[in-house]
Amino acid sequence: MSFRTPLSTARGLGSAKHGVGHWISERVAAIALVPLVFWGVYSVIVLAKLDYYGAVAWIGSPVNATLVILTVGISFFHMQGGMRVIVEDYVYGHLTKAGALLANYFLCLLVGALAIVSILKVALGGA
Amino acid sequence: MVQLRLPKNSRVTPGKHHPAPAGAGKTKTFKVYRYDPELGQNPRWDTYDVDTTACGPMVLDILIHIKNYMDPTLTFRRSCREGICGSCAMVIDGRNALACLQGHAECKGDKIMIGPLPHMPVVKDLVPDLTLFYAQYASVEPWLHTETPEPQKEWKQTPEDRAKLDGLYECILCACCSTSCPSYWWNQEKYLGPAALLHAYRWIIDSRDEATGARLDELEDPFKLYRCHTIMNCAQVCPKGLNPAKAIAEVKKMLVDRVV
Repeated sequence: MSFRTPLSTARGLGSAKHGVGHWISERVAAIALVPLVFWGVYSVIVLAKLDYYGAVAWIGSPVNATLVILTVGISFFHMQGGMRVIVEDYVYGHLTKAGALLANYFLCLLVGALAIVSILKVALGGA
Repeated sequence: MVQLRLPKNSRVTPGKHHPAPAGAGKTKTFKVYRYDPELGQNPRWDTYDVDTTACGPMVLDILIHIKNYMDPTLTFRRSCREGICGSCAMVIDGRNALACLQGHAECKGDKIMIGPLPHMPVVKDLVPDLTLFYAQYASVEPWLHTETPEPQKEWKQTPEDRAKLDGLYECILCACCSTSCPSYWWNQEKYLGPAALLHAYRWIIDSRDEATGARLDELEDPFKLYRCHTIMNCAQVCPKGLNPAKAIAEVKKMLVDRVV
């Protein structure tokens, strides 16, 4: 039961005055991923023909290493942004929502960082 | 979490059957959502076998026939019966539409289902509570904002600038678009919905308005505006053929123009 007027409910807490940054970053990441994903598919085909040492040498190339890191990094960034929107859409409880948003953020950061460090290790000759 | 199933007391049960009178011509069956808050019962689907030769071609004609000759307890809103007032918006055959513009012959299937606009509180039968929907419309302040002293005659506008309002000013606030939008279903109190945003854009794009920036400021919000995921249901169902999704996209473009 509440005596809040409908207009007060509609106005809610007012405008957050942000959102355009998130909107732009989602689209920039999506555009960047288009060529990177095509290149990724091509790379998998190339890698499938190579043995272990050939694959290590392939990742050792600065261009290949950079592109793999960009593909993985931008993919996790994009995934984090997309999952955030899904959580905001469908999860209502205050604590549950905060927990889900933090879990999404930390998981993407952790797995993304792990993937990039692993690529760097191979690329820099540590494998 | 979002509630995907209706609560127990809202689940629709089978209802009464109202057969056509003896000697009826060509009959068609209509399954109509019935709910009376005073009865304390779950909503139900009543079926009516309607003699279509005894009434007009539109679904609204069917409903009026049912109310006049078969079941006077049926409650629904209607006024102009020509797609101007927006009162008779409801779900017809699985799609939001105006009963006065929807021909019953255009509906496929043996049984045509008619229900209230989805995901809104139901006042009675086919009448939804649109209080919040109207408040959201009011919240975008749908009137001219100016600081310049009012001219002696009128605020002038070129024909080109006036043409920018076409496809926007025609909205009749029937709520077909907003109540067909899944983003509006899940976040009704925070997302303004397609209708209110279309009207917001109508004033943002108006060359006579002097509060464009302030209007954009009010809309730049992860929920008020950016819950629109371009699902496009709004444009699919608009009985006036408008495209609220395009208006929302234009607002998003203007917000980008401010920062890029």
